Amino acid sequence: MSKAWTFGENLNTDEIIPGRFNITIDPLELAKNVFCEIKPEYAKSVNAGDIIVGGQNFGCGSSREHAPIAIKGSQAKCIIAPSFARIFFRNAINIGLPILECPEAAEDINEGDDVEVNLATGEIFNRTNGHSYQARALPDFVLKIADAGGIVNFLKEHDIEELMK
Amino acid sequence: MGTLIEEIFSRRAGRPVQAGEILLLDVDYIMSHDNTTPLAIKAFREIGKPIYDKNRIVLHLDHAYPAPNVLAAENHKKIFEFVKEQNLPHLYHQGVCHQVMIEEGYITPGAIIIGADSHSNTYGALGAFGAGLGSTEIGVAWVTGKCWFKVPETIRIELTGKTQHGVYAKDVMIYIAGLMGMDGGTYRSVEFGGEYITSLPMNERIVFPNMSTEIGAKCGLIAADEVTLEYLRAQTPAQGNYEMIRPVNPRYERVVKIDVSTIAPQVACHPDVDNVKPLEEVAGLEVHEVYIGTCTNARYEDIEIVANILKGKQVHPFTRVIVTPASQRIYKKAMQNGLIDILLDAGCTVTGTGCGACIGRHGGILAAGERALTTMNRNFIGRMGSPEAEIYLASPATAAATALTGKITDPRELLGK
Repeated sequence: MSKAWTFGENLNTDEIIPGRFNITIDPLELAKNVFCEIKPEYAKSVNAGDIIVGGQNFGCGSSREHAPIAIKGSQAKCIIAPSFARIFFRNAINIGLPILECPEAAEDINEGDDVEVNLATGEIFNRTNGHSYQARALPDFVLKIADAGGIVNFLKEHDIEELMK
Repeated sequence: MGTLIEEIFSRRAGRPVQAGEILLLDVDYIMSHDNTTPLAIKAFREIGKPIYDKNRIVLHLDHAYPAPNVLAAENHKKIFEFVKEQNLPHLYHQGVCHQVMIEEGYITPGAIIIGADSHSNTYGALGAFGAGLGSTEIGVAWVTGKCWFKVPETIRIELTGKTQHGVYAKDVMIYIAGLMGMDGGTYRSVEFGGEYITSLPMNERIVFPNMSTEIGAKCGLIAADEVTLEYLRAQTPAQGNYEMIRPVNPRYERVVKIDVSTIAPQVACHPDVDNVKPLEEVAGLEVHEVYIGTCTNARYEDIEIVANILKGKQVHPFTRVIVTPASQRIYKKAMQNGLIDILLDAGCTVTGTGCGACIGRHGGILAAGERALTTMNRNFIGRMGSPEAEIYLASPATAAATALTGKITDPRELLGK
């Protein structure tokens, strides 16, 4: 099962991972303290494939990539939120952490729900209450980056100009 | 034809562009600092391609400098080694990155600068496009010289009138943050204009684009004018004939009009930057630390305001008062003009330049149950140390008045008419 972990609106990068832990860039090390001040039980009991469900403006604040890296390091499968802060959005895409904009799902999913997500189609199914939701489609060039597993991997094989073709 | 951001991007794209388009654009400078450069190096190594143009890369050590612990020292060492290995021409450790970028002439009207720091929006004060990005994209731009942008919609904030005595750009910007909310400008270009903005000197202008980040904006822009060009000529090595790009028949998503003459000193209260109150509603709250620093408000003029209020007086014995000039140049000028003496005599601690206390790294960490009043731009829980501490944001004048009493204090009580 993929357990949903829910968070409130305007979740900022310090709440995801406080600045004092950002002295390392090791995903697993960062993951030990992810959400430590607002949901300390998360880092202790998250399982690979669990889903983060946030409120609007998820990931606001600093440009620090440590925040999405810490979440990716915790083995969460993806983040669902009504909207993301712009730098967090870019960072998550760039490091290959899938993010889905879906206000309906973010509103309806409760902590602990068993949620199935199809990243390719954006379909989200809540096994706990039987509801399904459709996430907003991502632009083509974003899909290209996501498909490559992040922009670094994309650039290993392609020129940057190919993003816009 | 278009908003300021459309005009800037059109020039770079070589054709008229409009909000909503996605562009791949050449960038003039790529900024990163000690907190974000190590990840950019990692991305650069993984990509495995050469640097596109070394001259465009500008690196700073400011976030944890001098190193407060071994891990920070390892980061600095890694950056020095990288600079030597790649023979990079621009490495600075003389102050907060955004201030140094401006002082060293990297920021000019119409320029496009990306930075691995969320307050890279600051550059908009000189009519440049500045936006914060993550480290991976910085590593990508080192290799490609390019970055993708979605041309944002624009919110115009039209500011008219004159501020009351004791009210500063910081008060006005905090007021705007309260009005707009912390996601009020998400993905948007926020254009600041009107007679109030054009009347301001550069040090006051900078506060607005700097804190456009706090309302979620992609960039905050002020159109370059004679004040901008005069500032560049007098204060920086940037001596070119820069075009004063202006909006032309712009179509704004929204226009917000504010008469600044009605605004009293403001405070952004714990725990959110949009939890804004007129100072009088929180006056008297006990304050354990006053921190005057950061890319928002630690310029020479800010330090001068503080020194004028503290001159010949003593800060409250149970309040730690820390002043961190934004750059070595500012520090030196403040020293030459006697401001540092005044601060030291008043009982302030004057630290070396950098970001230190603003990110809870060193030089002013808060204990549980403590409250700070600072000239910073954000007050996230846990930012300055203990998650059980509270951070209040205000102008340098309010910070100085509060330093004297140990309680949140209206600076108008201390400023002579």
